Amino acid sequence: MSLDTPLAIEGKSPGQLAWIRFKKDKVAVIALAFSTIIVTLALFAPWVCALLNIDPYSLDKTTLDKFGLPNSPFGGISRNHPLGVEPGTGRDILARLIYGTRVSLVVALIATFITTLFGVVLGIWAGYKRGIVDGIIGRIIDLLLAFPSLLLIISLAPVLQPRLVAMGFPEGNPARMTYIILILSLFGWTYIARIMRGQALSLREREFVAAAQACGAKTSYMIFKEILPNLWAPIIVYASLTVPGYIAIEATFSFLGLGVVAPTASWGGMLADSVRYFRSDPAYLFIPGTALFLLVLAFNLVGDGLRDALDPKGERAQKV
Amino acid sequence: MARFVVRRLAFMILLLAIVSIATFLLFSVLPVDPASLSCGQHCTPEKIAANRIRLGYDQPLIQQYFTFMKGILAGRSYGEGAQAFSCPAPSFGYSYYRGQCVTEMITNALPATISLTIGSAIIWLTMGIGLGVIAAMNKGKIQDRVSTGLAIFGLSMPTFFIGLLLIYVFIIWLQIFPFPSYTHFLDNPFKWAQALVLPWFTVAIVSAALYTRLTRDGMLETMSEDYVRLAIAKGLPRRKVLVRYVLRGAITPIVTIAGLDIAVLLGGAIITESVFGLPGMGRLALNSVTDSDLPVIVGITLITAFFVVVANALVDILYASLDPRVRLES
Repeated sequence: MSLDTPLAIEGKSPGQLAWIRFKKDKVAVIALAFSTIIVTLALFAPWVCALLNIDPYSLDKTTLDKFGLPNSPFGGISRNHPLGVEPGTGRDILARLIYGTRVSLVVALIATFITTLFGVVLGIWAGYKRGIVDGIIGRIIDLLLAFPSLLLIISLAPVLQPRLVAMGFPEGNPARMTYIILILSLFGWTYIARIMRGQALSLREREFVAAAQACGAKTSYMIFKEILPNLWAPIIVYASLTVPGYIAIEATFSFLGLGVVAPTASWGGMLADSVRYFRSDPAYLFIPGTALFLLVLAFNLVGDGLRDALDPKGERAQKV
Repeated sequence: MARFVVRRLAFMILLLAIVSIATFLLFSVLPVDPASLSCGQHCTPEKIAANRIRLGYDQPLIQQYFTFMKGILAGRSYGEGAQAFSCPAPSFGYSYYRGQCVTEMITNALPATISLTIGSAIIWLTMGIGLGVIAAMNKGKIQDRVSTGLAIFGLSMPTFFIGLLLIYVFIIWLQIFPFPSYTHFLDNPFKWAQALVLPWFTVAIVSAALYTRLTRDGMLETMSEDYVRLAIAKGLPRRKVLVRYVLRGAITPIVTIAGLDIAVLLGGAIITESVFGLPGMGRLALNSVTDSDLPVIVGITLITAFFVVVANALVDILYASLDPRVRLES
């Protein structure tokens, strides 16, 4: 290429710019790759397990000694069981982790979707309309914040889960998962709603809003077609940071005995179970615990990378 | 200013009233019959009926609500004659399961929870804000990466996993601490701290992350303000610019979140307390759920809501007195 050839000037969309910034963040890229692998493993769990010749349900008593503890070191890690076996039952831990990811991801993704949907719509509505709508939504948020949500979730579970079954949800684990998703959504939308409200409050003063109003746009048109498109960046960031939080909360519920129950595999369930084998088989605590930590960490790092890429703050910050 | 305070306090009382009504309605759907729970082994239908009347569950819900609210203000007595007993004000009801006034159970649980809250709040505020300041001052450098990295690390650890990990490492493996048994501060301050160090860090590690983020982002945003440029230009010492101009400008959201976090924690840290066996509000709450001990659950819900609502009001008033813009806005 000769020096006098002018360089072509390329236009880049905001999305492309964000992706270029995201790619520069090595940690975030690795985290994204890791999360993608985990999601893929969970999606194809039956095939993955068949390929590795492991199964989350079959009991393998040959790996246990007479006390029900794994008879080889590090929680029974062997060629047949790459991450060891569950004490007491001899079920394969890797297979249970892979299947357990499904529960975590289903709960976290659906709850994040509902939370974001309600938070965004109600938040923008409140910020755009102000007045009485803003007042009512604001007071509902105040009310929900005042309640100790974890305590309510635990204490209302015995009543509300049977109601869900009565409403036609399949009994057992599906009803339990639905309950967790619904209750997380009920308490969760307030956070993103407050952020959206603040953003909408400043957007509504802009000229393009006044122009659309002058053309006679309805409120729903204003919310979805005029204001919402300006807010995709913060929505993506907060949604991506909500997912890991919900994965951790789902595990916490299983830990407290509210989540899915055995034989269905769940991460929190394994950790709750591991407390009994704390001294004799610590690997049973560390392996599922580390897996949970890594998954939550990966999702958090992706969200953080997205935040830096989409919403570069403090670019103008001067050295102090 | 006075008008703002009065309005804010009036709103606080209104919100408390709504919270109490909502709680009452919410728990009235529970299929728990308090009267038969309190009846004991040799129970007859007549005894259950008598209990129901004695505890006031025969009344319509709205009547029960007003009796309950009156109890908070003036105390409440149950039954008549020789079997009568009373819970002095503020009475949050009577636990038929334990045979104790709810207020008494909560007051017994509060010291452990308050100790946990204060200790961990000191640790997480120091850690969180400290790391945030370091990160903001060295934006883009290794110190920034390490600080934000540590924060995300802590954020990604589920509370119960940190707790179990700390127990395993420090109690079972290294045996630095004995297995925690909570002792009252006044009885033995050393043992008190010994039992609380690990729970303090458990709560602090999880909570600090958000503060690092808030401090870092807030400071970076303030650093791009013109008044900071002016302060640097006129040659103020670095420390003074940082503390008086930058950190002060970034502190607002930190105070809000800290007020809310501390208030929520005062209502009991269910996970931390049950992992470490601390006899606080959180464990009381969890036990009461297991025992279907409804009055205690209602009591704890109301107390927690009270802490949160009051903390929010205090933070708002604190702002208004510090920052005139807040007053003018609302």
